[in-house]
Amino acid sequence: MIVELGHFALILAAAVALAQGVLPIVGARRGDERLMAVAPYAAITQFLLIGIAFAVLMRSYIVSDFSVLNVVQNSHTDKPLLYKITGVWGNHEGSMLLWVLILALFGALVGAFGRNLPQRLKATVLSVQAWIGVSFLAFILTTSNPFLRVAMPPLQGNDLNPVLQDIGLAIHPPLLYIGYVGCSISFAFAVAALIDGKIDAAWARWVRPWTLGAWLFLTVGIAMGSYWAYYELGWGGFWFWDPVENSSFMPWLAATALLHSAVVMEKRNALRIWTVLLAILTFSLSLLGTFLVRSGVLTSVHTFAVSPSRGLFILAILVIFIGGSLALFAFRAQSLSQGGIFAPISREGALVLNNLFLTAAAATVLVGTLYPLLVEAITGDRSVSVGPPFFNLVFTPLVVPLLLAVPFGPLLAWKRGDLYAAAQRLMVAFGAALVGVVLVLVLAGFDEVLAAFGIGIAIWLIVGALSELASRAQFGQRPLSVSLARLAGLPRSAFGMTLAHLGVGLTVLGIVASTTWNEEVIVDMTPGETIIVGGRALTLDGYRIEDTANYSSQIARFTLRDGDRVLSAIETEVRLFTSRPGEVTTEAGIRTFGFSQLYVSRGELTAEGVLTVRAFWKPLVTLIWLGAVVMAIGGLLSLSDRRLRVGAPKPARGGHVVAPAE
Amino acid sequence: MTIAQTAGRRPGRMSRKQRRMVLIAAAGVVLVVAVGLILFALSDRLTFFNSPTDMLESPPAPTDRVRLGGLVALDSIVREENGRITFDVTDGPSTITVTYQGIVPDLFREGQGVITEGTLGSNGIFNADTVLAKHDEAYMPAEVVDALKAQGEWYGDEAMPAEAPAVE
Repeated sequence: MIVELGHFALILAAAVALAQGVLPIVGARRGDERLMAVAPYAAITQFLLIGIAFAVLMRSYIVSDFSVLNVVQNSHTDKPLLYKITGVWGNHEGSMLLWVLILALFGALVGAFGRNLPQRLKATVLSVQAWIGVSFLAFILTTSNPFLRVAMPPLQGNDLNPVLQDIGLAIHPPLLYIGYVGCSISFAFAVAALIDGKIDAAWARWVRPWTLGAWLFLTVGIAMGSYWAYYELGWGGFWFWDPVENSSFMPWLAATALLHSAVVMEKRNALRIWTVLLAILTFSLSLLGTFLVRSGVLTSVHTFAVSPSRGLFILAILVIFIGGSLALFAFRAQSLSQGGIFAPISREGALVLNNLFLTAAAATVLVGTLYPLLVEAITGDRSVSVGPPFFNLVFTPLVVPLLLAVPFGPLLAWKRGDLYAAAQRLMVAFGAALVGVVLVLVLAGFDEVLAAFGIGIAIWLIVGALSELASRAQFGQRPLSVSLARLAGLPRSAFGMTLAHLGVGLTVLGIVASTTWNEEVIVDMTPGETIIVGGRALTLDGYRIEDTANYSSQIARFTLRDGDRVLSAIETEVRLFTSRPGEVTTEAGIRTFGFSQLYVSRGELTAEGVLTVRAFWKPLVTLIWLGAVVMAIGGLLSLSDRRLRVGAPKPARGGHVVAPAE
Repeated sequence: MTIAQTAGRRPGRMSRKQRRMVLIAAAGVVLVVAVGLILFALSDRLTFFNSPTDMLESPPAPTDRVRLGGLVALDSIVREENGRITFDVTDGPSTITVTYQGIVPDLFREGQGVITEGTLGSNGIFNADTVLAKHDEAYMPAEVVDALKAQGEWYGDEAMPAEAPAVE
């Protein structure tokens, strides 16, 4: 009964979404206030209804209601409660329900907090948002219904795929979804602007925090997915240029570009048409990501063609929304007036450069991801795959100039900048980077030219980001107390930007250091044997078996010593899942030293008690993910800036902060 | 406006049209570079899938990184010193010996589908640097299925024999 309640709630939500998609926008066209006023209520109702449906599905998982097909296929009574809950979105149907739940949540947020938004704009935005909702709700109800019952309920379920029973992977999809779906808001704003033929700085002031929020979740989600792959797959790699990874990375690149172009629009009222286009492209890439991951097209175009209903449905949604919005753009973009003008060497110019490189990089990732699919679809030949060699060759040359330019941007003035003055203020960063390059060349030898260059870029980014703050606080030009006061007086968004750019530097540092000085040992060991890795001694102590409710662990235990001093024990295990015979997962043993990690992964244990061990020393590897966290903290700081929150110009504070607030 | 002014350190004096030209030129350069890189990489850095039969018929150059896929032949896995493992990959009629140093995936076993990536040595042994087997017992890489079908060794999605197809 309760399950049917959830099912009905979902159908009702689709009906409400349909109303929300029609009435407010008609009202906006006719200037009918009553029709426009429907929008926020409909948005909130739609969210509540989907919320009920989601809660019902979650309940079915928690009480292991095996009369629901979805629960049978993906749950098991012995599973820990946490994984029963995360199992709700660990499968296709449930994850699509989560997708629309988040979509409706964002709509409801606009409805509830958009009081100072012009009524017309708000009504149109919520209608556009509802169109997306209607299509995905229809998709769920017709092809991927999680509430289907089974006539003869089995006593036990099939269990969730063991690989998914991991906390990192359990919370990583919701984060990514919030990021993907968050991009729908800027998309809805862009489409609304095109329909109205009106766009201004207030529009940008609204779009920016939403994009920033979505970007923040994408950043954390991608970083978490990367860390999960690192410790769970046991290969010690952090990025595989896998199509699934790429499909979250492309929206991230586009959202990063959008974030920067929205700044130009808000501050200078320039780049309007481009910003609108970018908002459309960002969400299009999010939809494409959903399509790639959810349609089965990645396994093979053939799989997709064999059971086409789901795939074709999402493909249709994709074509309608991307094609429709781009057509709308083509027809209506001319109605948006051109904004302010600027010199090539200026803050705007730097941000345009940023956009050029980021979109080009996103485009290359797109080509690499889709190329094998296109070849297979056209020729039927499935033998082509595009892997890391392609992406490393294409992506790196496009990103390096961008990274080199990053510290300049914030130091250039709006409208017309002085490159020479900016370069002068970056002398410290340049010097530090140069010292870094020389040090690496001297210490590691001249073979490591690329590594030296990479370390130089990282230092350049980190010190360059700090230089910008220092120069705005006028350190060295004024007494220290004055500079500190100026620093404290800077808006939070200034610190936000510094942290975000600094985070990029940290990530680059982590990538370069951990790949260049990665030390790998593959060796057969018997208990009592010792190997040296990362300058430390790793001794295999022995094996033991531990049983938990749903799996049995074969654990290999090691002791790590530095000289004679025992540092810690490291355990690496293989889990055999009792509910799904034959399925196993490996858990790497990892110890962190500063920012570096010692990583131990195990292979099969032979009958003679010999264990193949793969041990890595990965210098500064944690910086890869910490850098992403720092970027996200920067985004959060910027988001908390009062100016963005209330959508009003920043009031003058003190007399001496005259630098344009960024 | 003199040439000295436009060429000097004060680009702010450019006309609107000139500014737009600079933007378009910059965009054009980035675009050309991106397209050039993609074209070069697509001609040079693609990885091609081969079944053992394909590989014996037209062996790849020793420098080409390729994929080799098929079934791990029964009783062919030999564990050597220090994590080196050799095994045969077969599609029925043809078999190629693969050597790999490292830890094979959890679901790597005899009779299962596998994809390896690496280079073919002049001795006819395939040196793999990557071994892929998906985290799903029911999963058979699509390319492997195609290769097996081509050799008449495919027994359908439902009716995979408990034992792998007979290998000489």
